[in-house]
This record gives sequence, structure tokens and C-alpha cells, in this order.
Amino acid sequence: MEKIPILRMGQFLLVTIQIDLYDRLALNLEADLVQMVSKTGARGVLIDISVVSIVDSFMGRIIGNIANMSKIMDAETVVVGMQPAVAITLIELGLPLTGVHTALDVEKGMELLRKKILVDGEELDETYNTDSTE
Amino acid sequence: MHKFLFMKIEIARMLQKKKKQIIDLWMKNQLADSALRDDLMSNDELRAQSEELVDALLKKLTDDNLSNIESADFENVYEILGGISITRARQGFSPRETGLYIYSLKDALLSILQQEFKNDPVQLYEASMRVSKLIDSFGIVTFETFIKGREEIILRQTDEITEISTPVIRVWDGILALPIIGTLDSARTQVVMENLLQEIVNTGSSIAILDISGVPAVDSLVAQHLIKTVSATRLMGAECIISGIRPEIAQTVVHLGIDLSNVVTKATLASALKYAYSILQLEVRKKQNNLVKTN
Repeated sequence: MEKIPILRMGQFLLVTIQIDLYDRLALNLEADLVQMVSKTGARGVLIDISVVSIVDSFMGRIIGNIANMSKIMDAETVVVGMQPAVAITLIELGLPLTGVHTALDVEKGMELLRKKILVDGEELDETYNTDSTE
Repeated sequence: MHKFLFMKIEIARMLQKKKKQIIDLWMKNQLADSALRDDLMSNDELRAQSEELVDALLKKLTDDNLSNIESADFENVYEILGGISITRARQGFSPRETGLYIYSLKDALLSILQQEFKNDPVQLYEASMRVSKLIDSFGIVTFETFIKGREEIILRQTDEITEISTPVIRVWDGILALPIIGTLDSARTQVVMENLLQEIVNTGSSIAILDISGVPAVDSLVAQHLIKTVSATRLMGAECIISGIRPEIAQTVVHLGIDLSNVVTKATLASALKYAYSILQLEVRKKQNNLVKTN
């Protein structure tokens, strides 16, 4: 049984999908990832789909699900490296993945995650204060 | 029946025998015509062209195919006609002049027939009808080729317009701009979207500005396409700004009940660029030494 590795990098979980996802694999990934988020207490999940060239509505829904589940468990999800054809397909399927953050590549995705966590964590109070004083 | 068949052979053979006469008569008619365009084509050229056509026609003309305009025997003739039509169109002949050129052959053929069947009105009528039909179909082929040539040009131009009208410009490191000029339809939006997304991948840009100040009108379908493009850009991990929405377009969009609240919109390309700079935390300012010099 193939499995998609989930790597832990500090506060983040890194998932690189190197093969075209079939339904079973996607469902397993969803279950594994949520388990992993709860086990490690990760604050961010980064999914790299730069080599995924085929996507269907089920795949799109799984990605959306992962993002929503992680969100409930207090982890942000960033999908990086989506190919143009995949993006167009998802839009045409009516799946704009509104709950998911996106970035061009892994580097920018990591930066985005760090920023998100900073905003959510330490700097939250500060921004709140400045807003309220204005 | 036998007599009828015999008569048919007579027409084709008789015309073949009188080839020289036909060409001469045709040329005479053409040269006598006041609408002759000797500025576009010399008389020698005209003669060569006419001879070639009559030659090809008479060579293949038989008792059977005279009344069968779809016969494969005429393939060569149609080819020559097509060539004449296209070259004449290029030389600047009007379709009317080209049409008259083909139909003037009919006059020549008919007067030859008239001479031949002077004493037999029934045969003359029969022969005239057949020849007339044949030449009519040649005329139609000429026009078809003419129109086909025109249509090819139009198609090529359409392709060119779609190609040149969607340039993706890299205005800054990490900022792409895509000025859209002209009406957006589904096919064009598809090209625009694909070009933009591909360019985002190629350059690794994180901001794309879609400038629609050159779009004359927006309907619900076009707005839908724009929203799709913006969503697709977002999925790729870049941000898309729409700029240059004209007052009329703003009115239509609101009247149509299209929700653009999730899309960043700016009045001009300049302000979109400014917004992009602020996202990338860039600053554009006047050089300090310039100020010192002028002061």
C-alpha cells in the first residue's frame, strides 16, 4: 500500500504529493494528516502539489476538507505550486477552495505560514490594541 | 434516344474543333468591353490565362460530362478557375469583374453554337442550355474560391488578434500586468487565463494586475470569466487585482447583481501598481540628489 509521507518541520507539517492521487490514497492522506496534526500539535500544514497534473472534484474536496479540519484543530493550511491546468480545472468544477491559503512555491508557502502564525500568536494582542486605540 | 446521344457528341466535338475560334471570339469580346482592366493585367497575360482555361475545358469535355457539372473530369478546370479567382483577387480585380470574365466565355460559346445550329432551333436550344449550365457552375466555383480565400484571411486575422491581444507584461519583479483590449468572450478569456497562469509559473510572480480599461462592455458572462480568472490566480498562490473599471462597467456590474467584493479592484493601473508595491513592501520615491541639484 502506497503512503504519502508527512514530514515534521518544527511547528509545521510538510506533505509533498509526488504521484497522482487516487481516491483511496487521498482519503488515507486526509486521515493520516489529521492524526498527525493532533499528535504533533502542528500550527501549519504545507501541501506541495507541484507535480500533480490531474485533479478531479473529489481531490478538490479532499484538499478543502484537509484545510477545514486543520483549521478546527488550530493549524493553517497552505497549498503550494498548483499548476495552471489544475487551477483552471478546479475553478471550472466550481471549487475555488476559499478556506485554503495558497502560495507559488514551498519557500513562499513557508513564509506565509510563519506570518500567519505570528499574526495569530504573539502579535495578535498588539494589533488588537493599536486598532482599538484608533 | 440514339439520335439524342449522337447530338451530344456533336456538341463536344464541334466545340473542340472550334477551339481557336472560341478563344479568338472570347478575347475579342473581352478587349471590346469598356470594363477591361488593362491596368491590372496585360492583354498577353489575359490571352494566356484564357487559353489555358479553354484548353483545359475542351480537353475534358465529352458527351457525358457536359451535363454533369460534378464530374471528376472537370477537376483540372476547377483548379485553374480557383487559381484565376485567387490571382485576380490579389491583383485587385473586383468580384464582379472576375465573374464577368467567366461569364463572357459563355457569350463566346453561345455565339459559336448559334453559328453551328443556325438551322435547327431545337438543337440550338438544347445545346445552349447545357453550355449555359456548365459555365454557370464554373462561375459559382469562381465565387466560392474567392470567398474561401477571403475567409481564410479573416480566420488568420482572428487568430492573430487573439494572439497579439493578450500580452502578459512583467512590470516589476514579482508583478505582472495584463491589459485587456477589446471585447472578452469565452474563448478569449480562456486564452487570457491560460497565458496569465503560465506566466505566473514562469516568472514566479505573486501579483497579477488585470487591467480592463480597454474593455468596452461587461456582461454577466464576462464578469463570471473575470471572477474565474481571479479565483484561479488565487489558487496558484498569487493575488489578482482588477484595475480600470469604467463607470459604465461599474454600473452594469452592480445592476447585474455581480458580487465583486472578494476581488481587489483599483481605479487605474497606477493605483493597482501602488497597491502591489505596498503588498511587496516596496517603496518608490524621488531621488534625493535631484532635489538638491534643482534647488
